[in-house]
Amino acid sequence: MTLATEPHKLDAVIDTSRDIPECQSWLNPFRDAGREAFNRLGWPDRRNESWRFTNLDALKATNFVSAVDDADISANTVGGFAIPELDDVTLVFVNGRFREDLSDAPDKLANKLGTNVTCCRLTEAICQHRESIEPFIGKLTADPDDVFTALSNASVEDGVFIRVPRGVTVDTPVHILSIATETDEPVATHPRNVIVAEEGAHVTVLEHYVTTSDDAVYLNNAVTEVFADAEAVVHHYLLEKESESAFNVSSLFAHLAEHADVHSHTVLLGGKLVRNNVLPTLAGPRAHCLINGLYVGHGDQHLDNAMRVNHAAPDCDSRQFYKGILNDQSRGVFTGRIIVDQVAQRTDAVQSNRNMLLSDDARVNARPQLEIYADDVKCTHGCTTGAVDPENVFYFMSRGLSEDVARAMLIYAFAAEGFGRMELAPVRQLLAAEMIAKLPKAQGLSIEV
Amino acid sequence: MTTPLLDIKNLHVRLEDDPAVEILHGVDLRIMPGEVHSIMGPNGSGKSTLAQVLAGKEDYEITEGTIAFQGEDITELGPDERANAGLFLAFQYPVEIPGVSAMQFLKAAVNAKRVAEGKDELDAAQLLKHFREKATQINVPYEMLKRNVNEGFSGGEKKRFEIFQMAVLGSVLGILDETDSGLDIDALRIVSEGVNSMRSADHGFLLITHYNRLLEYIVPDHVHILVKGKIVKSGGKEVAHELEQTGYAPFGVHEPVGA
Ligand SMILES: Nc1ncnc2c1ncn2[C@@H]1O[C@H](COP(=O)(O)OP(=O)(O)OP(=O)(O)O)[C@@H](O)[C@H]1O
Ligand SMILES: [Mg+2]
Repeated sequence: MTLATEPHKLDAVIDTSRDIPECQSWLNPFRDAGREAFNRLGWPDRRNESWRFTNLDALKATNFVSAVDDADISANTVGGFAIPELDDVTLVFVNGRFREDLSDAPDKLANKLGTNVTCCRLTEAICQHRESIEPFIGKLTADPDDVFTALSNASVEDGVFIRVPRGVTVDTPVHILSIATETDEPVATHPRNVIVAEEGAHVTVLEHYVTTSDDAVYLNNAVTEVFADAEAVVHHYLLEKESESAFNVSSLFAHLAEHADVHSHTVLLGGKLVRNNVLPTLAGPRAHCLINGLYVGHGDQHLDNAMRVNHAAPDCDSRQFYKGILNDQSRGVFTGRIIVDQVAQRTDAVQSNRNMLLSDDARVNARPQLEIYADDVKCTHGCTTGAVDPENVFYFMSRGLSEDVARAMLIYAFAAEGFGRMELAPVRQLLAAEMIAKLPKAQGLSIEV
Repeated sequence: MTTPLLDIKNLHVRLEDDPAVEILHGVDLRIMPGEVHSIMGPNGSGKSTLAQVLAGKEDYEITEGTIAFQGEDITELGPDERANAGLFLAFQYPVEIPGVSAMQFLKAAVNAKRVAEGKDELDAAQLLKHFREKATQINVPYEMLKRNVNEGFSGGEKKRFEIFQMAVLGSVLGILDETDSGLDIDALRIVSEGVNSMRSADHGFLLITHYNRLLEYIVPDHVHILVKGKIVKSGGKEVAHELEQTGYAPFGVHEPVGA
């Protein structure tokens, strides 16, 4: 483990030498290439179209260390971050470090997931199941055009590897719980998850980012690579409730083979600066991708969502539904890029981004970016930004609800559509409760979803 | 002496955003407990404006006159306070709210009123029992409660749901803004029976309508004709019959009744 003794900006931290165990050394060329890409790409400025609305100055100015000692955290605290009523298996990371003592034991994993399913920490897979993970790790991020992806490649540390064999349906969701605590110095971590669903396999994975302190400053630069082989079904949830002083960059890369079905559900609630990248490639015919998201900002949170949906095969569908609710001085960004390759005839792509602004100072930048190279394509997109409809508030008040409750119910109603698309009812319920807790003056409002 | 349920005196109303536009030019109307009144009038005469002002809509400004509800001046009260005091507006165009079930909405509304009255909130089981009773009384399918508020409701369903809400809330004054418009004859009968089932010595109704048809089902005690923001004629139910013969021509408006 390396503890920085002098101030280190992020660029310097990745160049610090680490004690990488010998069994991981086969990944070093990949790490080195990531480092080169990072140096080549450099930090994006405003001229970089992809980062036009997101300023990284605060992140660049922060001194980070690459790791800290294991935090003292009780099983009770960890239990508080469980998703009520959800029967899952949980792998716990604290400040980026895997915590065997707090995670479900391997025999429970085997019991719940099935013995033919691989589910372990990434470093274990790298060291002990090289033949299993080598065909996948880094394959979707090998040629990064984004500096954070390059940084992740350079800094592969730990995470989770899941492999579900052909035809197997895993009923129990895998919950990857990342807890950040307050540390002496801000820590930068680069979790990487690799999810492989072989032909016809089904699996659900939750990436869950939480903190024990809203004062904790840190960076989570997470990359998840999803490989959905033919007919496979992968449901991925990103539940982001970082410290409101923290940075989170989450990138979901997905590769969909023929008739694969990938659902990405994202809810951004926390973080000071969040960048959420969803980057699926529909590579086999008749693949389907659902991209469902909600970002809820207050204070001076900055929540940037960048979609890049690549239709690379014919007869595929993609559905993007993103909603933003922004209060105070918070800012939302939505970029919906859809690329339809020349071969991707009969593509059916839908994109919708709707925003509700709760204050005069809240802002949103929404932009579709369509690049269509095929000629037989159905592609619809729309974005709207508005306030809570006063006619609806009046209707609710005319039935006796106070203005605060009426508004809270209507804001909730706006978000409810997105919750409705989530397959896991306990997740819906938790998110609904957490969203309501974040709404102004909505205390006491109870809503069943 | 009994206190009027509603007592409107010399009500002048203009648009908040456009003060040059006065819509109501001195309306007087008194409804005693137990009475049913009807307001008829051509399109644009100010009927919905009156209804919305009574319910507390902020788009309008009262420049003169008073509104007393059960003896209390309510002009400074918010829409929620008026509702919790027992005033109910059945909207001409109820809004659709995807994302909130009718059940959740009404549970919150019933308990808001109980809290305002200083009573304990009802628990889930008590609420459901109450809803079932009222659904039977008003003759609406209980399943309606499981749907989102007005979402995808037909015109008739929306109107029936409005009356159901009034019954659930137990409001003492119902202002029904064209609740009969767009109803087929069966739905009209069901809605009317619902309203009649709520009539009592202490309930009052103000029926805004274009059609005498409704008044054959819910027989009013008084009928008023509102033209260009003023009540130009008041009388018994015969006024509605006459209006059907003459139209608004005697009041200087050339438009068929029921337009
Ligand atoms: N919020 C508003 N903004 C602008 N004009 C308004 C507003 N409310 C009412 N008006 C105007 O005031 C007049 C009366 O409208 P109102 O809706 O009260 O009529 P009405 O008698 O209910 O008509 P109808 O029979 O068509 O329902 C109309 O000319 C209408 O355009
Ligand atoms: Mg009207």
